[in-house]
Amino acid sequence: MHAFYNLVSGPLVWVAAAIFLGGSFWKVYSLLSGTKKKDGYVFEYWSWGDAIKSYIHWLLPFMSENSRQQPVMSVITFLAHLGIVLVPIFTMGHLVLLEEGILGWSWMALPGQVADIAAWIVIAGCCFFAYRRLVLPQVKFVTSCSDFVILVIVAAPFITGVMAYHGWGDNLLMTSLHMFSGEIMLAAIPFTKLSHMLTFWYTRGYTASEFGAVRKVCDW
Amino acid sequence: MSDTAEHTEATEAAQTFLEKVHAKAAQDKVDGKYAEFDKIKDVGVDQGVARLTPEKIQSTINGVLKGECGARMKAYVETCVHCGLCSEACHHYLSNDKDPKYSPVGKVKRTIWNMLDKDGKLTPEECREAVIVAQTECNLCRRCQQFCPFGIDIAYMITTVRRISFKLGITPQYIQDTANSHAVTMNQMWVKDDEWPDTLQWQEDEGRDEIPRLRIPVDKVGADFMYSVIAPEPKFRTHLINQAAVIFDQAGLNWTMPQLPGWDNSDMAMFTGDFETMGRIKKMHYEVAQSLRVKKIVMGECGHAFRSVYDVGNRWLGWRMPPIEMVHSIEFFAQLFREGRLKLREKFPEKVTFHDPCNTVRGRGLHEDGRYVANLLTQGVVEMDPNKLYNYCCNAGGGVINCGPPWKTKRVLSNKIKAEQLARMKDQGINTIVSPCHNCHGGLEDIIHHYGLEMELKFLGDLIYELMEKPGAVEE
Repeated sequence: MHAFYNLVSGPLVWVAAAIFLGGSFWKVYSLLSGTKKKDGYVFEYWSWGDAIKSYIHWLLPFMSENSRQQPVMSVITFLAHLGIVLVPIFTMGHLVLLEEGILGWSWMALPGQVADIAAWIVIAGCCFFAYRRLVLPQVKFVTSCSDFVILVIVAAPFITGVMAYHGWGDNLLMTSLHMFSGEIMLAAIPFTKLSHMLTFWYTRGYTASEFGAVRKVCDW
Repeated sequence: MSDTAEHTEATEAAQTFLEKVHAKAAQDKVDGKYAEFDKIKDVGVDQGVARLTPEKIQSTINGVLKGECGARMKAYVETCVHCGLCSEACHHYLSNDKDPKYSPVGKVKRTIWNMLDKDGKLTPEECREAVIVAQTECNLCRRCQQFCPFGIDIAYMITTVRRISFKLGITPQYIQDTANSHAVTMNQMWVKDDEWPDTLQWQEDEGRDEIPRLRIPVDKVGADFMYSVIAPEPKFRTHLINQAAVIFDQAGLNWTMPQLPGWDNSDMAMFTGDFETMGRIKKMHYEVAQSLRVKKIVMGECGHAFRSVYDVGNRWLGWRMPPIEMVHSIEFFAQLFREGRLKLREKFPEKVTFHDPCNTVRGRGLHEDGRYVANLLTQGVVEMDPNKLYNYCCNAGGGVINCGPPWKTKRVLSNKIKAEQLARMKDQGINTIVSPCHNCHGGLEDIIHHYGLEMELKFLGDLIYELMEKPGAVEE
């Protein structure tokens, strides 16, 4: 068990971080260089003003027509995404490890209770997404096995994190599993559907540019 | 017996138009009309599919997906998280009992994903499904793009399927014939070179019965405006040319219409994926305007042609924006009224509703201009729901109506949601729909007829012509 802990808290952290950073760089680089090669008009029409307005309208709930039509999904997806991004960055345990292990400095952490609630929201969000995939016909029709795997990859670090935080189960095991599942998630981002975190800015921004700058109409 | 008849009559009288639509839809289902969608025959599709070979299928699909498409298509495929949030945007999905195969992402799954998953090795039957999805179950209206959290351009993906289908030679017969007409005559309706100036002269003669000084100035070099129309106007909506001439004349504008090919601004080749022909058509349109050295092109009330000239064709030719300024009639009329160039004799006596064409709202944001003009002309616009840039498509646009009679019933039934939207207006006492697009008129006419909505359709130009002051006109 200690060997596993040493592995996931040592070398695998570096491996996961390297895969995440390197993979993300590769993903963005290949997207942009590929675009330059055959879809150069994307740069030609790109309009930062319209893109930024669109990002804001689509990142916040109820600021787009579709979001207003889907209130439950809007709230849950907003909170879940917020949690997925913020909890890892602002959890005390992570900050301590980062400060001691590499950075030498740190930033303010979320109070433990808030991080806990946020983690529960992420878990609930994943359950809700799974429910949609299983029950709603229009989602079920386009769902494949890999969509559930993604949900498991995302939920796992939060489930194990909550268990470790509350001291449920063997603490060393939970902490080790938490680290391991977090590393899997990090490494998976550039190579799975989780890469929408990186490509959102491109697809959304280009549509916003075409709508705003060419067609003179908003895209939300 | 008579009791029953009376009872039926009484029930019918009490029915709202919305209930009438629901009853008709239920009857359509009982009659098996929805079930017949799968049995539709189309010579262009069926004979084309029969000629396919595995090698041709794979090399064509991969030639387009890997050769012509690039990072943008890849990003769309990889970014889609299969959330299904685009579904509610689509009138096909909403009108077919929310059958997921008609949702925008469902249609991408049945086409692009399938092609990618199988590395282009589709069976002829799968190719048939792909072309039917792309040409008859999607209007490229871009409502789903506006509903997708990632802004994925599904219309672009479906257009790519059309491109593949065109290269496979399996495009539906009627629209392919139209594209052939473009390729041969540079207009959509096989209008011959001498028929066009003849038609203009005929319409000028007609117009001069009313306004003796009226001219349709042909090939007038250096005019401020070139007016261009779609070929169905000379073919079967000829009076629209006369009406436009009267409006230009009364507004005191220096305008012209071209005599040579290039006068038709429409473009079905864009909708079959025959981009080479699309490029030729658009080049000729711009060049005829440039050779006349006009300042602007004003387009008649057509949505798809506007998309083609303002947004798509220019790009194919390497122009970031059209090489010559071009305005849709909506914008043009709004400007004429703002400048006080047109005066109204009277207003249309009723309130109306306004059906926004996809290509002038999601394609150009002209919804407010449209309302400005319609409000001036009538007792006021009562909004349908949804409206403006969120309006449902007419299900005729995007080349769907051009796929012709084999697909008509499917097209009408697959826009039940539009019938419901219109019926709610009719139930509020609105009898007239203003819509500045030929395709919308075609689609809505069929829907109104099928569901018994008893509503009338008007172009803005119809109302302006009918209601404006005409100082030079002969007294009746």
